[in-house]
This record gives sequence, structure tokens and C-alpha cells, in this order.
Amino acid sequence: MIPAAFDYTAPSTVDDAVRALADAGEEAKVIAGGQSLIPVLRMRLAAPSTLIDIGRIPELRGIRDEGDALVIGATTTHYEIQRDPLVRSHALLLKAATDTVADPQVRHRGTFGGAIAHADPAGDLLAPVLALDAELVLHGLEGRRTVAAADFFVDYFTTALRQDELLVAVRVPKHTGWGAHYEKFNRVAQAWSIVAVAAAVRIADGVIAEARVGLTNMSAVPVRATAVEAALVGQPATPEAIKAAAAHAADGTSPTADGNADTAYREHLARVLTSRAITAATGV
Amino acid sequence: MTATVEPEVGKARLRKEDARLITGRTRWTDNLTVPGLLHLAFLRSPVAHARITAIDVEAARRKPGVIAVFTGRDLAEAQGSLPCAWPVTADQKAPPAPSLAVDQVNFAGEAVAVVVARGKAQAHDALEAIDVDYEDLPVVLDLAAAVADGADLVHPDLGTNKSAHWVFDSAEAGTGSDVEQAIAEAEVLVERTYRQQRLIPAFMEPRSVLVDPTGEQTTVWSATQIPHILRLMLALTTGTPEHKLRVIAPDVGGGFGGKLQVTPEEVVALVVATRLGKPVKWTESRSESLLSAHHGRDQLQKLTLAARRDGTVTGLKVELLADMGAYLRLVTPGVPILGAFMFNAIYKFPAYRFECTNVFTTKTPTDAYRGAGRPEATCAIERLMDELAAELGRDPIELREQNWIKHDEFPFTTVCGLEYDTGNYEAATAKAKEMFGYDQLRAEQRERRERGDTVQLGIGTSTFTEMCGLAPSRVLGSLSYGAGGWEHAAVRMLPSGKVEVVTGSSAHGQGHETAWSQIVADQLGVPFEDIEVLHGDTQSSPRGLDTYGSRSLTVGAMAVLKAGEKVIRKARRIAAHMMECAEDDLEFTAGKFTVKGTERATAITDVALAVFAAHDLPDGVEPSLDSEATFDPDNFSFPHGTHLCAVDVDTETGFVKIRKYVCVDDVGVVVNPIIVEGQVHGGLAQGLAQALYEEAVHDESGTLTTGTLADYLIPSAVDLPHFDTDRTETPATSNQLGVKGVGEAGTIASTPAVVNAVVDAVRHFGVNDIQMPCTPMRVWTAINGGPTDAGGLGTEAGGGLGSIDTSGGAA
Repeated sequence: MIPAAFDYTAPSTVDDAVRALADAGEEAKVIAGGQSLIPVLRMRLAAPSTLIDIGRIPELRGIRDEGDALVIGATTTHYEIQRDPLVRSHALLLKAATDTVADPQVRHRGTFGGAIAHADPAGDLLAPVLALDAELVLHGLEGRRTVAAADFFVDYFTTALRQDELLVAVRVPKHTGWGAHYEKFNRVAQAWSIVAVAAAVRIADGVIAEARVGLTNMSAVPVRATAVEAALVGQPATPEAIKAAAAHAADGTSPTADGNADTAYREHLARVLTSRAITAATGV
Repeated sequence: MTATVEPEVGKARLRKEDARLITGRTRWTDNLTVPGLLHLAFLRSPVAHARITAIDVEAARRKPGVIAVFTGRDLAEAQGSLPCAWPVTADQKAPPAPSLAVDQVNFAGEAVAVVVARGKAQAHDALEAIDVDYEDLPVVLDLAAAVADGADLVHPDLGTNKSAHWVFDSAEAGTGSDVEQAIAEAEVLVERTYRQQRLIPAFMEPRSVLVDPTGEQTTVWSATQIPHILRLMLALTTGTPEHKLRVIAPDVGGGFGGKLQVTPEEVVALVVATRLGKPVKWTESRSESLLSAHHGRDQLQKLTLAARRDGTVTGLKVELLADMGAYLRLVTPGVPILGAFMFNAIYKFPAYRFECTNVFTTKTPTDAYRGAGRPEATCAIERLMDELAAELGRDPIELREQNWIKHDEFPFTTVCGLEYDTGNYEAATAKAKEMFGYDQLRAEQRERRERGDTVQLGIGTSTFTEMCGLAPSRVLGSLSYGAGGWEHAAVRMLPSGKVEVVTGSSAHGQGHETAWSQIVADQLGVPFEDIEVLHGDTQSSPRGLDTYGSRSLTVGAMAVLKAGEKVIRKARRIAAHMMECAEDDLEFTAGKFTVKGTERATAITDVALAVFAAHDLPDGVEPSLDSEATFDPDNFSFPHGTHLCAVDVDTETGFVKIRKYVCVDDVGVVVNPIIVEGQVHGGLAQGLAQALYEEAVHDESGTLTTGTLADYLIPSAVDLPHFDTDRTETPATSNQLGVKGVGEAGTIASTPAVVNAVVDAVRHFGVNDIQMPCTPMRVWTAINGGPTDAGGLGTEAGGGLGSIDTSGGAA
């Protein structure tokens, strides 16, 4: 199909982009890789008056080491994240999840920041961002602010971004040496996750010292399986201990029902997949 | 001495058409343009069943670039009623089928208005300015409910939702005994109800049509499987004189039966172009295609199989409800009837009864989809044979062998009255079992079951046959089909020795250009490269019945062979004249007429040049070798094969992974093994997709909820297993080439092999059926004692593109 007509602007700096956003008003949309937005436009599910293309702003792209954290520019592509040695060393969970995103064509066009700002509850990068306690760097007319991932995702496809704000970077605390795994469950390889689990664990002296577990598509927003995390800490990394902890995976979630899964099945999957994700992350 | 040339038939030639088809640098309909071209966009009903109380198109008419806007009422007379060529019974009920709805819409996606604009984007923009008032009518969605007393009616004027009731009974036909008696006397009865879910053909190239009325003939380019049928039907439907229409199917990107249709959009494009005197084009979007192009399958099958304790089958009773959707399209009512002859499959049932009720619902019309009636039948009987084996505690393959037609029993007349000419089920099965490692896998299955492995192994069998090579015209006549099943061809020898082959078959991905060239190269002894195959244009290939039903090689290529024989016969007489000998003294091999016992020879290409000059021809001989032939087969052909599937079922999640898939097909003589293997692979992918992935789902208001490829799940290469394919080769006797057809085999065979494997993996949990597609939730629910048809519609928005709605604020 053909999108409705729109104005198009491609600023070359963040300041220009933010000004363009403010000028264009409510009907503006930001486009980066376009892997979610373009289908929506083509189906005329949205008809923004202006598209602000942030793909030509160099400062938004790339991965920096800032000591205790990695700072990932919003328009860094999935492919770049997959290949990046810093991500592999310090945020392995992010690489593991990115590896499962769609197909190579999408991963070459689609951007990390775009996927997060889109806030699809079935998107695969939200749960890892939440699990790794990342912070989102937002830039607006009034300057920059930083929002914790837990506060950023508000509802279905809804974030804490204000009208004039752009997601410019994601600050991911280093999880150096942590084991990580993203366990994705879908019916065909290119489909969205029915449920997925992002798990990262730090083992010390044969005992789980810390654990981070994020769930994809178990609520309107990504959620942390805090009960599982708490149950794991101090436990030996044994199948029994992991399974017992994973039994809490669906606690406090409110999954949707659709043609692929009703709520009970989603809750069941969350438990099974959490157990598998932690097992893989611990290397048991 | 005769030169020995390696025969072309049987050679694994790469397809000569592939470079242009794969790169797309070719003439797809949407790639074409003509001066002054206008563009169409269709407004489609968002509701499944409603009266149209008002349509206001004035605002749309004023939009930029808009030339005209038409409603169904504007075109009512000119558009006529879309054709149905297959009235299966004398009292079949059918509503008028307007291309643009006039007073009432009967499925969501039905076209209600068309915009003509200078640009495609302008046409789409103007759609939003059309205002339609709908007064809702009750939707009719469930097959069983639709035929119940007091059901809401799709077409109240018909007084019923039942379009036709069609019966075959072997006792009445004299081809077998009485099934009720067999059931009464049965030692074992297997009774099941299976659902063949609704599928969407999902061909790669969207439908597209371009009509140019500015010449003396109006030219219609369309992405169709059936240019010849389309020409006739457009003429009959719109009143355009047939000789004033030329239809061209340029390169067409797949069809699978989905382009075996005379579409509303083709009719409207012709009517609008004619009215405006200007060329128009329409190309659909993917979501428009999923919504409004005809769907396939959709049957509810009530089955009763009677058997003796020793495993001998004694009777089969089939009671079908078949969903027509809202209208009868080109062959809609005949699709389930094609299956009538296939439920008995390869087994020696002495008694058989088939009853089918064709039912209207407020859904997209159904029609042919790869296999058309035969996959539904094969799936049912192959599932039943596994169930009977389970009931009797027998090995499913051994039980099949006890009941199938032995290789020395051919030709065999079935309980339906079909004569199977050849087959060797033992050979194909033995080969498949060997390749599969059947006994080892059964041993592993036992071991894992005893161990209580969370991942359970299942093994599924499908020993299928199909009737293809549609079809002998007299048989089609006896089934009330509106046309014959012959095919036409011509072979033209050019003065330079090159050859043009004209075929009425209409390739849309099958590789006819390569295969026909191989056949003619052998026959005429000319190089493969020197042959051009012309097709898909009613001007260059004036007669034909097109491509569907695995008929092109068995019928279309046979016509080519017959035309080639005539060329040789004509050339022989002239060659004899040139060499001053008797015709009987000549033998024709490798392109040369040789005087027997001598080395004197004349090449057929030299004869062609002599004929062109025409200086010295025998008296009364016309100066042309060109010949035509029309071939009408005496019988169907009956490919068969044994497919074996092993699946790993994760009992914790219900996820099914195909671990091994082996098929040994017998498609008779093979012209090109690469093309055959490609057809088998593609067919398997579509068959597996029915078993595990694909389903067209409507919500309670009749809206298609699987309206994008994000929701209608088509597997890609990564989701499919490696296929181990092999063949046995039992030549067909119903045609000279010995070929049987391969286009539908993989699809027909594979669906039940996979479902049988899934059920086999979890049968020890008390499961004896899982509704297709066997989604993880359905499998998991069945394992845990729940219903086998779990899954369906959610009430809340979920994640993923397909679930986004306009209010969702998607970024």
C-alpha cells in the first residue's frame, strides 16, 4: 500500500532534530531505520504530517566505553550491536537478544533506539534493557535528562518521551563476566516473540551472586521477574534451584491473550522459558 | 552410422527462464506501462455482512488527480455477474456475484467502489474521502451453525445457506457395496471429525491487471494462471465480443490455484477502461491480497471408517461441509468434489459413500488452492489409517500395506470407478523406510518414551496418491464442469532451423520453457537452445486451457509432442522427395532422415529451409512444416509416494520441530529432475505449513485477523527441515511420455505425514487428534488433557505489528 502524503526533513544535528520535532507538533513522527514505522505508514495505520529522519545525525550512531557503562547511540543498527566487541564483553545479554531480532535485512536497517522508542511489548530489546538497568538519554528543547528503563516504558507502544524529545542514547551499565541468555519463543523464525526471557547471572564461588531476569510480552510493558531474581541469589546453580526460582516467573505479570497464546499458556511459558534462560546463562 | 546424442529428457538442466524471473528484470504485469495510463484503487468493505444504505463519492471525485469514481450501482449492468464454471448439481443455488457490491456486502474485503486517478497514490488518497453507510446484517461464520435450522442467511433470497448437496455412493454407482451395511457389520469403527482449516494461497507476485482499450482489440495483461479461460469469461461476463479481446499473462510470479480465477478487479478494470476509453492498471497490496483474493480449503469432515479386527478395511463414509465463502467463484463448488474420488486413496475399500454440502458463509470466497480437494481427502484418510493402526495396536505402515493395491494388481478400478493405471506402493515405501531409518527411529521412540524424555519423538506416515493431469474432457463433462480438459500446441519450424513451440499451458513458475524445450529437442533432434516456447498470450498461443491441477506436462506437453509428430510426418514426405526415395525407406533419428542401410541423410532443418524456398515440393504439398495438435487424455494420471516424517515435540512448551523428512515420490518419467525436486520442495513447504503454521482466522464479527504476513505465518527456509527426496519411476500408461505430474504431490502428501507424527509423539498422553495448524499452544493443551482446538482469538491488543490498531499510537 501507499502511505498518505507527509512532509520530510532530515536534520544533521540533534538540536535541529529536536527543534523540528517541536515545530511539527503532535503529528510528527521520528524515523530511524523505519522497520516498524514504514509498514505502519504503508497500511495507513498512522498518517503523520511530518517525518523527521534522524538517520543522518552522526552523533547518534556508535558505541562508546564510558568507564562503568557502555553508551549506545540511538541509531546504532542491530547488526552493529551484534558485531561489537564491547557489547560482547560487557553486555552479552544485549547481543544475545539482538541475534534473535527478525532477519539479516531488518538487522542491517533497524536501529537499537528505534526499537526501544517504538516500545512494542513483543519487541526483543526491551526486556534486556530493563534487566541490565539501562538508562535512556532523552534530549529535548529544555536539554537532556536521563530516565531509568523501569520508568521509560509506560504502556503499549507508549514511553516517557515528551513531544519534543528524542531518544539519543542508551547507557548500559557494564555486566562484565556475567553469563547471559535470551530465550525466545515464537512459531516461525521471523515472527514476534510470544514470550521471551532475558537472563543474566553472575556466579561467584559456585553460587549465584546476582541475577537479572526480564520478560518480553508478559505485560503491556517489559517486566522484571523480581521474585525469580530474589529466589536465585545465594543459590547454587543447580537445575533444581533454578527450576524452583523460575516457578515465580509469572508472578505479578498480566499477559495478553491472542491467537498464539492465552494468558495461562503465556504464564506457563514464562516459567519454562525462564528456567531455560537461566540454565543457559549459568552454563549449567 | 547414427550419432548418439545424450537425450535431453531426464537431464538436470538449469531452467532457461530463471535468470529473468529471479532477478525480476522481466515483464511482470506491474512492470508494464502504456501512454496515458490511469490507476485504480478499490474501496473494500470493512464489515462482513451489511446492507449498503448510502455511498457518497462526491468528495472523492474532487480529490487531486481523480478522473472518476464508480460504485457498484454505477457499473451494475456492465459488470454482469462473476462466472462460476462448475455447477456441481442441477439444483445448485448461487447468488448473483457482482464485481463491485451493489446493495449488500457479504464478506469483509468485498469491493464497493473504485477510484480512477492519474497516479496510484492519488487513487489511494481518494479512497479515504468515500463515505459508505452500512446497516449491519448478522454474520454467518460457523459451518455447522450455517446449516442448522433457523440459521441466519448470507443470501436471504436463496432461502438457505446450502448451495448444493453432492453424493457419490458406491452401491448406487455399482462400483462397490453398501457402506451402511459395512458399518453395521464392522468389527472396528473409527469415527472422527477433522477440520481442514482455511488457508490463503499467498503467491509471491500480487495480483495485477492492466487493460488498454485504445487498440482495435482491447488488451488485458493480467497476473493470471488462465489467460485463455479469462478471455472467454471476460467476454461472456461483460458482453465484450471475444474476438475484440486479447489477454496476455506475461511472466507470472506464482499462483498455486490462487490465480485460477476471474477476479472482480479484472472485470472492473475492463469495464472502467472501456467506459473511459483509457488504459487503467491495478496492482494489489499484500494485505489486499490476503483479504480479498480467494482462500482455500475450509472443510469440516465427518468420517466413519469400518474395518475388521484383522485390519482389513471394509467401508468408508465421508460427510463434508465445505465453506464456499460468500459467493461461488470460478470453480468454488467443484473443489470439494475433486476430493470425492481421493478419500479411498490407495486402499481397497469395498464400500464407499461421499456426501458433501456446499455452504455459504460471510467470508472471502474459497476456490482452488494447490491440490484443490485432494489434499483435504488425503489428509483425512491418512489420519484415519494411523488412527486405525493405533486402535488395533498395529504398525501404521504394515496396516497400510495390508490394505493397499499391490503392484501386480494394476490396472485397478477403485471403489469410485477410477482406473489407476500403474503404481508400485511397495517399492516407494521400501525405499522411504530405508532412507528414513524407520526401525531405528521406532526403537529410539520407545526408549525415549520409557525414559520419560521431555522431548518426545513422533513418526508420521503418508502413503498418498492423487488424480492429476486434469483432465479427460468426458470425465469433466460427467461432473458438470463447464469446459473440457484438452490442451493445444503448435510447433513451427523456422527457415533457419530454429523452432517455436506454442503451448496453451500458461507457466507461472513451473519451468515449462525448459521442460518443453527438452522434450522437443529430443523429438526433433534440434539443440535445446534453438527452441523458443511461446505461451500466455491469446494472440500468439490462440487456444488453450491453461495451467492448474498438475496438468501441464501430462496434457500440455503431450499436445506439443503430438504437434511435433505431425511436423516430422510432413517433413518425411518432403525429405523422401528431396532424396528421391520412398517415405518408408527413411528413418528419423537425431534430427536426420536417413535412407535405411545407407549414409544418405537430410536434416530436418534442411527440410525446413527447402520448405521455405518451396522451389521443389511434391505435388499437393503445402509449403509449411508447421503443425498444431490438441490432446485430450483418456484418463487421469496417478502419481503416488511414501512420505515419512519424524518430529521432536517439546512436551513442556508444545513446540514441534521436524527432525527428519523423507519422501519417495513416483511421478512417472521425469523430464527434468531439478524441476521435479523444486516442485517437491515447494509443495512440501506448503503442506507442512498447513500442518503447523498457516490458518486464516476471522473474529466474531467476521473480520480477518490474519490479514498481514505478521499474523498469517508462512514458514521461511529457516523453519523448514532438510528434505530427503528420492523417486521411484513407474511410467504412466495413460500418456506417451509416461509422465504423471508433480505440481501438487508434495502439498497433498506432506500435511498428514506431519500431523500423524505430532499425534504419534503425544499419543501416550491420551491424545488422538490435534487440530491444524498444530500450534505450540494446541499441542501443549492437548498433552495436558485440554481440547484439541485450543487457541483462537484474543480480546486484547498484543505485541507485534499485526496487532497494532490505529488508536495504538505506534511509533
